[in-house]
Amino acid sequence: MARPKLAEFTSANHPVRRIRRIKELLIEAVLFAAAASSVFVTLGIVYILVSESLPFFAHVSFTEFLTEREWTPLFAEPKYGILPLLCGTFLTTVIALLLAIPLGTIIATYLSEYANARAREILKPILELLAAVPTVVYGYFALLFVTPLLQKIMPNLPGFNVLAAGLVIGVMIIPYVSSLTEDAMRAVPGYLREASYAVGASRMQTAFRVVIPAAFSGISSAYILGISRALGETMVVAIAAGMQPNLTLNPTEPAATITAFIVQVSLGDLPHGSVGYQSIYVAGLTLLILTLTFNVIGFALRKRFREVY
Amino acid sequence: MGERVVFDRKELSRRQLKDYIFAIMSLLALGFGLITLLLLIIDLASTGLGRIDYAFMTNFPSRMPEKAGILSAWVGSLCVMFTTALAAIPLGIAAGVYLEEYAPKNWITAIIELNIVNLAGIPSITFGLMALSIFVYKFGFGQSILTAGLTLGLLVLPIIIVTTREALRTIPSTIREAAFAMGASRWQVIQHHLLPYSTGGILTGVIISLSRAIGETAPLITIGALTFIAFLPTSPFTEEFPFVTIQWIKDPFTVLPIQMFNWVSRPQEEFHVNAAAAGVILLTLTLLLNGAAIYIRASFRRKIKW
Repeated sequence: MARPKLAEFTSANHPVRRIRRIKELLIEAVLFAAAASSVFVTLGIVYILVSESLPFFAHVSFTEFLTEREWTPLFAEPKYGILPLLCGTFLTTVIALLLAIPLGTIIATYLSEYANARAREILKPILELLAAVPTVVYGYFALLFVTPLLQKIMPNLPGFNVLAAGLVIGVMIIPYVSSLTEDAMRAVPGYLREASYAVGASRMQTAFRVVIPAAFSGISSAYILGISRALGETMVVAIAAGMQPNLTLNPTEPAATITAFIVQVSLGDLPHGSVGYQSIYVAGLTLLILTLTFNVIGFALRKRFREVY
Repeated sequence: MGERVVFDRKELSRRQLKDYIFAIMSLLALGFGLITLLLLIIDLASTGLGRIDYAFMTNFPSRMPEKAGILSAWVGSLCVMFTTALAAIPLGIAAGVYLEEYAPKNWITAIIELNIVNLAGIPSITFGLMALSIFVYKFGFGQSILTAGLTLGLLVLPIIIVTTREALRTIPSTIREAAFAMGASRWQVIQHHLLPYSTGGILTGVIISLSRAIGETAPLITIGALTFIAFLPTSPFTEEFPFVTIQWIKDPFTVLPIQMFNWVSRPQEEFHVNAAAAGVILLTLTLLLNGAAIYIRASFRRKIKW
């Protein structure tokens, strides 16, 4: 097989070059399709949740959905009020964040401003293992370790309760908060710290009055990711919080979250198209709207507080 | 203002004390996280480790806790992981390569990038709801291994895309320029240079995504994975030509986390021991995968000096 001569090869119309050009275009098209497919995943999720929810609102009025105080879609006399599920979701998320945000932020500050490179390189991956543990294992831990432990302090605590579930979710999302927060803090240029040290500030003052305000844009995305995780967490609450919808703000009671309800219904056998089947899509849509709202807030915060160096 | 003391030794030592206290506090915070992880491992292992034996690995689930095993669960997990990898790896790497090496700076690219960031924050259970409607009913795949693999594949897609991009970004542009200068086309540069040099980073992402997928429970429950399966998927090997079959991909399945969930939700203590044993295996797999990812990332970082 004779190799083409260089002069022929460099001519733009040589067949080898033409084939190569077409091949390049094809490859680019395939790669673009792959990248664009991720958008279709999102569109697919939104489309399905909306379209499967619409028939539900033909049976149930929007006012009932938002104001009814009970959620019992599978009972003989079903009631469709989302409030108890929202309440459970809100409660677990708040408990989780009360634990994860302070701890995550303190850990991030330590890793970014205090620890040396070696300690950081060892501690960060170990800490990230906390986020790698399967959620069902965390559920086991919440039900059979944390709850009995809490019962020693609070003897009246029931076996299923929101508190244990929330606390365990909090531990689980510490790495989400701390990793991204630390990344954001480390991206703050060193001269800002040096300027702060030069006027006599301690490391702590520098961290809290210079670095954290400067990194606030990135830190807010860390918090938002933590919130998203806590809102969408399913197995821990399904296992440890009991799956009864309960309109309460008392963390020592059992309750169900939006996600736990979806799991509970999915475990049973529901005919495609029944109101029970539609109700899990309505619940899913509510969860998605909740998550997206926080993401939009996060996006706005990021833009508002972005510092450019 | 002339009266003000510029250098106050007391104030300085107070700052240093606060600094010191904060450092101790943050070590406590760090310790809290690590001790919780340790407690979880010890609690799980002390309950479940003794339950793991040959029979546990080779028995089907049973109503009698002492006879129950995880055969269908681990075989199911293996099949689902394989399908997930097949779906997510090519798609994720292709998308990552496009975004890093081809994508022009325009609104389409901006939308795709924003979407990938958002996708990572979407609750996994909504992926399950989408899959239930599209894969199970519209496409008619049923509650099969194929549906599960595709669902988890889409779920971990952002992880692979992001790590692929990061791996490509660390390759200095001089490599690309040198290859272009030799007359290589864009794809040749990617195929012969960028992909081989970023293997470590991409592999890390693939392993992390599989470790995420293996523990994922909620979306699989949503698509209707069964909790009690006392048979195995069709064997991939047949007696007749062509000796392999992918019939198993259409079979119903259960996976390790679902088996564990099933056991932990029962009131009997004996089943909780089974759950702990399944948890030990699940946790070992995840920690091994994550350890491998950390090791690969570290060793490639040491080896390559641009």
